[in-house]
Amino acid sequence: MIPRVTAQRSILLAGTIAGVLFAAPAFSQQPPASAPPATASAAAPALPPGSPLIGRPDGNAAAAKLAPVAPPPLPAAADKLPTAKLKLPPGFNIEVYASGIANTRSLRVGDKGTVFVGTRLGNKVTAIVKKDGKTEIKTIAEGLYRPNGLAYHKGTLYIAELSQISKIDNVEANLDKPPKPTVIYTDLPKDEAHGWKFIAIGPDEKLYIPVGQPGNNVLHDKDHGQIRRINLDGSGRENVAVGVRNTVGFDWNPVNKQLYFSDNGRDWLSEDVPQDELNRITKVGQHFGAPYCYQGNFLDPEFGWGHSCREFEPPVMLTGPHSAGLGMRFYTGKMFPAKYKNVIFLARHGSWNRSAKFGGDVVAIFLNKDGTVKSSEPFITGFLDNNNYIGRPVDVEFMADGSMLLSDDWNGAIYRITYGKAQVAGR
Amino acid sequence: MHTIDIGRRIAVAALLLCTANQSLLGETVAERAAPCLACHGETGQSENPEVPSLGGQPAPYLLIQLYIFREKQRASPAKKDDPMIQVMTEMTTGFTDDDLRNFSDFVAKLPAPKPPADAGDADRMQRAAALITQNRCNSCHNLDLAGRDNIPHIANQREDYLVRTMREYKSNDRRGYDGAMAEVLAPVNDQQILDLAYYISRFR
Repeated sequence: MIPRVTAQRSILLAGTIAGVLFAAPAFSQQPPASAPPATASAAAPALPPGSPLIGRPDGNAAAAKLAPVAPPPLPAAADKLPTAKLKLPPGFNIEVYASGIANTRSLRVGDKGTVFVGTRLGNKVTAIVKKDGKTEIKTIAEGLYRPNGLAYHKGTLYIAELSQISKIDNVEANLDKPPKPTVIYTDLPKDEAHGWKFIAIGPDEKLYIPVGQPGNNVLHDKDHGQIRRINLDGSGRENVAVGVRNTVGFDWNPVNKQLYFSDNGRDWLSEDVPQDELNRITKVGQHFGAPYCYQGNFLDPEFGWGHSCREFEPPVMLTGPHSAGLGMRFYTGKMFPAKYKNVIFLARHGSWNRSAKFGGDVVAIFLNKDGTVKSSEPFITGFLDNNNYIGRPVDVEFMADGSMLLSDDWNGAIYRITYGKAQVAGR
Repeated sequence: MHTIDIGRRIAVAALLLCTANQSLLGETVAERAAPCLACHGETGQSENPEVPSLGGQPAPYLLIQLYIFREKQRASPAKKDDPMIQVMTEMTTGFTDDDLRNFSDFVAKLPAPKPPADAGDADRMQRAAALITQNRCNSCHNLDLAGRDNIPHIANQREDYLVRTMREYKSNDRRGYDGAMAEVLAPVNDQQILDLAYYISRFR
């Protein structure tokens, strides 16, 4: 089989080159068809280890479906949002909480109910205030670079840009005239690849900051591929997890206080392998496999040699190929039915590196008493329509009344999910 | 210095046109876009150094670029005084979301630029064709390098603009929409960038 596949690939390559040759008059002086093997081999030199191109198919119709999907830069109009197409379990309602905010990503809720919104493609942090039935959308910081991550703790909002963390104290009292954020931490790499961040503050009152693997499939140095924690003044860095490819969401189990995190597996290997992971940290400093072992049982064909997946912490759940599980939270609210108590809600952004798109939903993950995963089921679906996105879920967060907020960076909108009496559409 | 002087001249010219343009209400998009095409080329093909040809660009790509200029997100701190970027910032200041959409749709209808008469040095073209395959440029930009959706049309783009753009992506000075181009250019050296631009600008 393998030689045959190689031969087909060579033919394909030769065809590509022949097409170029045929189209370019200058090449008519090149050697005739008897010499194509040399041309074909020259066209496909080996890629260096860690090249971002390893595994990418040569240009063809199949490859064209696998390129990154870019969201529209402008938020969708309120009457163009897909809420009517979204499906939830019986008894749940979904409404538009806010719209018209470009590329809505991480969500955090303040003590007074202000909803803070981060963004990956824009340069602002936004606050949403609901007062007397009116929605006010305020820019509280701008000129930032990829301010994707937010954390809220005791009145202070923490903002994670690509390579620095800043904060605004007493933020909810200063929404109309917010001070410029104060930078508290800059000891971070500047890589674009997996450089945007999700952040959170743990029960230990430390700030948890991930640093992704700086490329699809590359080795890590001491500053990459990890979740680290620091004190709230920026001191005391410690890695709590390594071998992390790219986590864009984590939360602490309210029962055992362990940190659970989503981790996105590598691309350009195949349609179905590896799957993304849900992990948990049971001991500080554990290694979760990347880039040697993915999905707990798959040795990477490039870096896995000489390793065994047994060296690394296995995931507690596989969350689907290329599904891009991002924001996740444990549900501790009172509004949803009892079966959702302490359940993980995971927003899966949905695949790009897969011919048939996968994910683009919110799943509910039920745990056993020992913290392992018992089962999972779809919670919100319908963002995928005929293999195209009509929305992409990014982060879930809960309001004081137990209702859920969900951000959709494709449409630049935030939805609110409630249980019980039907809501009047809040547009 | 030479490049900056050219850039300044373009900036001044464009600003004058732009100001005049914005003072007139009720113009069609075609009329309002006249200053754009004065630099970028009325037929979709730019005659100005480092000013990109806009013909054949997909509307979603154009919309993203215009948005990034309007939001002042295009330049890294090192490039914040770049005259080319300043021109585009000025041109898009005050644009509404609908302006961005209308200009993107209008410009997307311009015909793709044509390959130059100079077919290029055969050896260099062959070497660069191998780089195109090796770097999978044609995987996202399509076999004909005509792009699609958010991925730009690069075939027959100006060679100097291609060189500049690839160098800026590689050094993280052109802040793209996402990190895709920074990542794929990381292992590509400067001679290869020159060869790729040579080939892509002469692609036929």
